Amino acid sequence: MKFHKKTDYLIDIRLFRDGRMAFWYALLALVLLLAPLATPEYLLGQAVFTGIYVVAGAGLMLLSGYCGQISLGHAAFLAVGAYTSALLEKAGVPFPAALLAAGMVAAATGVLIGIPALRLSGIYLAIATLAYAFIVTEVLLRWESVTKGASGIHVSKIDVFGWQADTELRLYYIVLVVAALSLLAVRNILRSPLGLAMMAVRDSETAARTMGVPVARVKLTAFALSAALTGFAGALYAHKVPYIEPEQFNILISVELLVLIFIGGIGSLHGIVFGAVFVISLPQWIAIAKDYLPAYVAQQTGLQAAIYGLLLLLFIVFEPAGLYGIWLKIKHYASMFPFYRKGAMRLQKTHAKSETW
Amino acid sequence: MDPAVEFFQALVSGISIGCIYALVALGFVLIYKATEVINFAQGELMMVGAFFAFTFVDLGGMPFIVGVLLALAATALFGMMVNLLLLRRLVGRSSFTIVLATVGLGTLLRALASMVPGWGAETHALTNPATGRTVAVAGVTVSYEHIAVVVATIGLVALLYVFFRFSRLGVALQATSQNQLAAGYVGIPIKAMFSAAWGIGAGVACVAGILLAPSHFVHVNMGFVGLKAFPAAVIGGFGSIPGAILGGLIIGVAEELAGLYLPEGFKNVAAYVVMLALLMVRPQGLFGVDLRERA
Repeated sequence: MKFHKKTDYLIDIRLFRDGRMAFWYALLALVLLLAPLATPEYLLGQAVFTGIYVVAGAGLMLLSGYCGQISLGHAAFLAVGAYTSALLEKAGVPFPAALLAAGMVAAATGVLIGIPALRLSGIYLAIATLAYAFIVTEVLLRWESVTKGASGIHVSKIDVFGWQADTELRLYYIVLVVAALSLLAVRNILRSPLGLAMMAVRDSETAARTMGVPVARVKLTAFALSAALTGFAGALYAHKVPYIEPEQFNILISVELLVLIFIGGIGSLHGIVFGAVFVISLPQWIAIAKDYLPAYVAQQTGLQAAIYGLLLLLFIVFEPAGLYGIWLKIKHYASMFPFYRKGAMRLQKTHAKSETW
Repeated sequence: MDPAVEFFQALVSGISIGCIYALVALGFVLIYKATEVINFAQGELMMVGAFFAFTFVDLGGMPFIVGVLLALAATALFGMMVNLLLLRRLVGRSSFTIVLATVGLGTLLRALASMVPGWGAETHALTNPATGRTVAVAGVTVSYEHIAVVVATIGLVALLYVFFRFSRLGVALQATSQNQLAAGYVGIPIKAMFSAAWGIGAGVACVAGILLAPSHFVHVNMGFVGLKAFPAAVIGGFGSIPGAILGGLIIGVAEELAGLYLPEGFKNVAAYVVMLALLMVRPQGLFGVDLRERA
């Protein structure tokens, strides 16, 4: 068991807690950079999807996990980012600029949603975000002169001044860089006064207001940043698929993102990655499990959705800290062995706590 | 067609679908008022209720009224089971968790319904005595189904009014909605009240499903129609039952009128646009009370 002694205020906001942690993350970075050179194409494709969901999940985690604003319509930002990027690239804009633009336009949409949201709270906010998602999808569907409506758009390969991302491996590296930068961005926001203000707003708006936090501005910033990140994810998603149409960005995707951040571990950065891996790999696990299930159950088309819903409910009832919570429990057990006490990690009914490490 | 007739035709359809939205919103608000749980699975409860009715009437061959009453009882029981198995374990959790739980419940119910033998993923029709017959009122075609929906809604709302005002359980539920702690102090069994609220909310959803079946048929994605009930509840003001009904009617009529007069696509989002417009002007809805919780 290692004790962390803090001797300086700045230690609180260091990126890595100590050298050991930095070492493990460096190792992880090495694996992520080199392993793909030897993995099959299909797994690379899944990894690309995971990376995209990490970016989108980072956006939603920032808004819901760290700022406490429920968003039931995050797929709308995904759609805005995807279409902005696709349309700009069709017009000849290079990918880096298109990516940035996707984020900016999505952020603008986020502010549009955020401004009325300032007056709303809780359930009103949730339903308003739902409403916005439906409206955005409908606008994309009907604005046929620009978006080609239901026939969709075929997205070209990523082109960075001549270097084309025409293999899955190249797309993987781009997504890896964006995902890493997104997580770093969220981490940095959380270390900054803005992040602390956001967490204060989440834990108690009244108390935050009393302490002088400009609640309205913080919420709006959270919406904008969250939308921007999800917009980046949308742009990458457009290139992965590579055919987009408005029906793809429906409420089921929004629910998937919510499940991602909850099952991953709400209020933690690890949760984003765990959640993304969970959501992307679940269909594979189900496909494997089908061999062990009775024939009647295995053939059902609704099996995946049923397991999805069931797992979500089980996590909500029994492990609200998500996969990250399970990981923490394992680490705690291992570090305390053999002196582990059963009551040490008992479920407590408290506000959501966030992990800054 | 004569534009005046077109308008009234849209009005009739709007009131009819509006009544269904009103019923779903009603169940939703009932559950929220009594238990402070936001039930995003209300549409799925409606779907389950419609499927129960289909099972009893079409698969079981019972007369319509008998089948409907059995379906009502079955759905109410189902709602109580949901409360017992899931919601009881989530007492005291944050509203985000509960929203996510009911969303997950909705997903699970949709998927499980598609796996029941006899239900499956196909679309079914619920045979009912009002099918096909229409009557013409001043050039406007009003189907018996429209009339049945309005009559049933009025009847159910009147029944609920009498129940809440004059029956012991109803008054106890009102007390629970107003202040759970105080209700507990005067001896009202709060846990039982929660079950009752879920039972009634599910029962109302069942009625909505049966009324929706003629026009939208019975299938597992029926619950998505119920999504529009949330704007209805919000427009009415979240804790208000007459508000929910009025909200449903407003949305139903707005939708049909948008389908008639506005370009294609507006009909699908009319409900949401109306809701957002209202929230800008009056964030607590029409009849909502501007309550602020401490901290």
